[in-house]
Amino acid sequence: MAGGFPTETRGNGLTGTVPILFAAALFAYFVSMVPTIAATDIIRVSIPWVPSLGIEFAFLVDGLSLTFSLLISGIGTLVLLYSNTYLAGHPQYARFALFLTAFMVSMLGLVLADDLILLFVFWELTTITSYMLIGFSHESKKSRRNALQALFVTGAGGLAFLAGLILLAAVSGTTSISGIIAQGDALKEHAMYLPILILLLAGTFTKSAQAPFHFWLPNAMAAPTPVSAFLHSATMVKAGIYVMARMHPAMSGTDVWLWTLTIFGAVTAIFASLLALRQTDLKQALAYTTLMALGTLTLFLGQESGYAMTAFATFLVVHSLYKASLFLVVGCIDLSTGTRETDQLAGLGRLMPITAVAAALAALSMAGFPPFLGFIGKELKYAGALAVASEPVLVAGAALLSNSLMLAVAGVVAFRPFWRGTVPSGQSPREAPWQMWAGPIILASLGALFGIYPDLLQTTLINPTVISLTGEVEEAKELKLWAGFNIPLILSIATFVLGLLIYARHVQLRALLARVFAALPNLDNGWDGFLDGFKNFAKLQTAFVQNGKLSSYLFATFLTIAAGILLTLVYTGMPFIDVDLSDVEWKHASIALLTISGAILALFTNSRIAGIAALGVVGIGIALIFIVFSAPDVAITQLLVETLIVVLVSVVMLRLPSLPKAEFRLGHAALSVAMGVAVSLTLIAVVSSPLELRLTDYFEATSWPEAYGRNIVNVILVDFRALDTFGEIAVVVIAALSAYALLRTTRKGGQS
Amino acid sequence: MNSIILRAGTRYLAGLLLVFSIYMTLRGHNEPGGGFIGGLTGATGFVLYAIACGTQDARAALRVLPQTIAIWGLGIALAAGLFAALFGDALFTGQWLFIGATEDDKGLPLSSVLVFDIGVYLVVFGSILTLVFAMEEEI
Repeated sequence: MAGGFPTETRGNGLTGTVPILFAAALFAYFVSMVPTIAATDIIRVSIPWVPSLGIEFAFLVDGLSLTFSLLISGIGTLVLLYSNTYLAGHPQYARFALFLTAFMVSMLGLVLADDLILLFVFWELTTITSYMLIGFSHESKKSRRNALQALFVTGAGGLAFLAGLILLAAVSGTTSISGIIAQGDALKEHAMYLPILILLLAGTFTKSAQAPFHFWLPNAMAAPTPVSAFLHSATMVKAGIYVMARMHPAMSGTDVWLWTLTIFGAVTAIFASLLALRQTDLKQALAYTTLMALGTLTLFLGQESGYAMTAFATFLVVHSLYKASLFLVVGCIDLSTGTRETDQLAGLGRLMPITAVAAALAALSMAGFPPFLGFIGKELKYAGALAVASEPVLVAGAALLSNSLMLAVAGVVAFRPFWRGTVPSGQSPREAPWQMWAGPIILASLGALFGIYPDLLQTTLINPTVISLTGEVEEAKELKLWAGFNIPLILSIATFVLGLLIYARHVQLRALLARVFAALPNLDNGWDGFLDGFKNFAKLQTAFVQNGKLSSYLFATFLTIAAGILLTLVYTGMPFIDVDLSDVEWKHASIALLTISGAILALFTNSRIAGIAALGVVGIGIALIFIVFSAPDVAITQLLVETLIVVLVSVVMLRLPSLPKAEFRLGHAALSVAMGVAVSLTLIAVVSSPLELRLTDYFEATSWPEAYGRNIVNVILVDFRALDTFGEIAVVVIAALSAYALLRTTRKGGQS
Repeated sequence: MNSIILRAGTRYLAGLLLVFSIYMTLRGHNEPGGGFIGGLTGATGFVLYAIACGTQDARAALRVLPQTIAIWGLGIALAAGLFAALFGDALFTGQWLFIGATEDDKGLPLSSVLVFDIGVYLVVFGSILTLVFAMEEEI
């Protein structure tokens, strides 16, 4: 990557520009909805999907979903523009653009869906597309491993999430999300509330990387930088946050909700901001600050006050703007200098002035300096924290500590590389092309613009979002730079002091943190251990169950059948055995004798060919039984199949070494007897109950008039039950082709 | 198996079995028989041929790959089923045409059911031969 920026000559052509235009069109479309939403209206579209289950293809645009949609499509446009240059001439750019666009669309679907099942479909689509994106550099083993880790963690959470959604739908009697919310407090009082909450939170916490599931997110930085900027700042990791916010009206307000979200959020926020300071890689540092932001958002969603909700809505926007911007800046630095290590970066400000300005604007917003939106966000955070009913001091303390650390990290990431020291020798950084600085500049400037004119954001997005969360516009608090001399302001000043102190001493602190975290258990290694253990267990049980011995497979199969039949017979009562031998004719007896002697011969012979022939005798005996009881079709089939089986078996068997001397195996003998007894008892039971003739009568009556056939067996096969027959012959073809492929490959693998 | 008697006999037997298999298939709707039995009978003829003269000769006599026959059979059966759609009937509803039918005589009945049965014949025939040839050659 040390080669600097890609040159203009290696463009991506249409695969580059079409996705950008598509995303921009989506963004424009969502912007056009802003006036409607700002007027506290909602837009709902629905198409029946599975009407029998009441599942709809329903989309809902309200404050919350529109805020998310604008962030997703807006940042998506800028990220695609950026990627087109960042990955210019990449041989798999088309694939990249497809994944990124697909991800964007799934994410939009997720935030707009108004149906639980639809929500889940999009939820999983974001998991899959993000797996593709994290593992985009698939030639690197680390990249593949980290992508799989993200897939497993979020996928496992997704399963719990699905279970939660199904329970939720069952309890509410509808899959419509707005329908569930309209039911008000009913859900909170339901006995299944706790299981639903736990399952849903398992999904959202893994998706939004709350501690202790946080470890996959920093690893996901293996993705190309624009992906990190998109997925891991504004969108995918916020999917869990979105769902919690969406469910907020229906589920919040209980003690479990309050404490779970507060504790997980606070722990994640503090833990992540400490880890962020510990990083020397810029991208890793940003990844951990994202965790901190996710923790903070979760913390606020735990509350119910209007301050907390306004703080949530504001911080959501603030964070997306500055974090996406900073990620993109880091991508510029990376391409320009070839490194992301803080120790090797200095003095870039003069050589990359525009990038430096973007970084500074974003970092000032992140650090919460006035007049940026970040400052307002921080003030609201403190106000929200102080309005917390449960533990205002604890929450405010957590917010103070994480904000100070955030300020320090902002300095490390966006100030130090640009404005301190001189460029190390060997690097020749230059300014990024406009496609790459446009995104960061636009996003960072918006942070300043909304800070100076908070009304722009207040009426368009914040108030409608607060309505989505609380149902009342009065709950929305005013966004303003100067809120008077109050406790939040004092806390802000304390944040600046503490943050600057931490920044000044960050090198020493980092060394200290490195020692502390080295002593803590490493969840990432734990993950590897878990996977290894899982694989070893799979190997063990495979070795036990699939040991390669045909006789043990057959033993297990027949044991299951015999046990199944015998247990059923015992539980339902033994059949009444009334064997009446008075009408047995000599032909019946001789057929039985023939069949039995064939079986006995097969059992005791030492010659394979004799054994095969003896089994053939058994088969022909059975065919004779069919003939005697006038079922010629079945008899002919049986006879032909038996003939072919003898041929097939001899082809295989005669090439095997000769049989060892037969020895007595108690287990096999016992199973054979059990199987024989089970089948005999079943047959006697079947015969002794009166025959059900309804179907027979029906076919006899209709075969000729309706299907023009006198052979009922064949008429059933080709007419009445033709679809079944078609399924069966399809199975025959598939089986033959599979066996053929298997036989071909074993020879190639084994003998040549 | 190198037996001149078997080989000489097989030439006639295999042909007879094939003719008989067609007979069995065609009469299947009213008498014992049908595509499944027909396919088995026809396959028996070729299996006999393969045992007597070797699979190479049997393949040459067959001219087409047995798996191709099986797949065609499946396609023909499906087509016979889809044919009903042309007349707006449900999938696999039998369609009949009685050529030269009078009040007392059905004439010559032609039907999509028969086509379906021919598909079954080809599937059974092709699948068994695929297996038998592969086993003879590969094991």
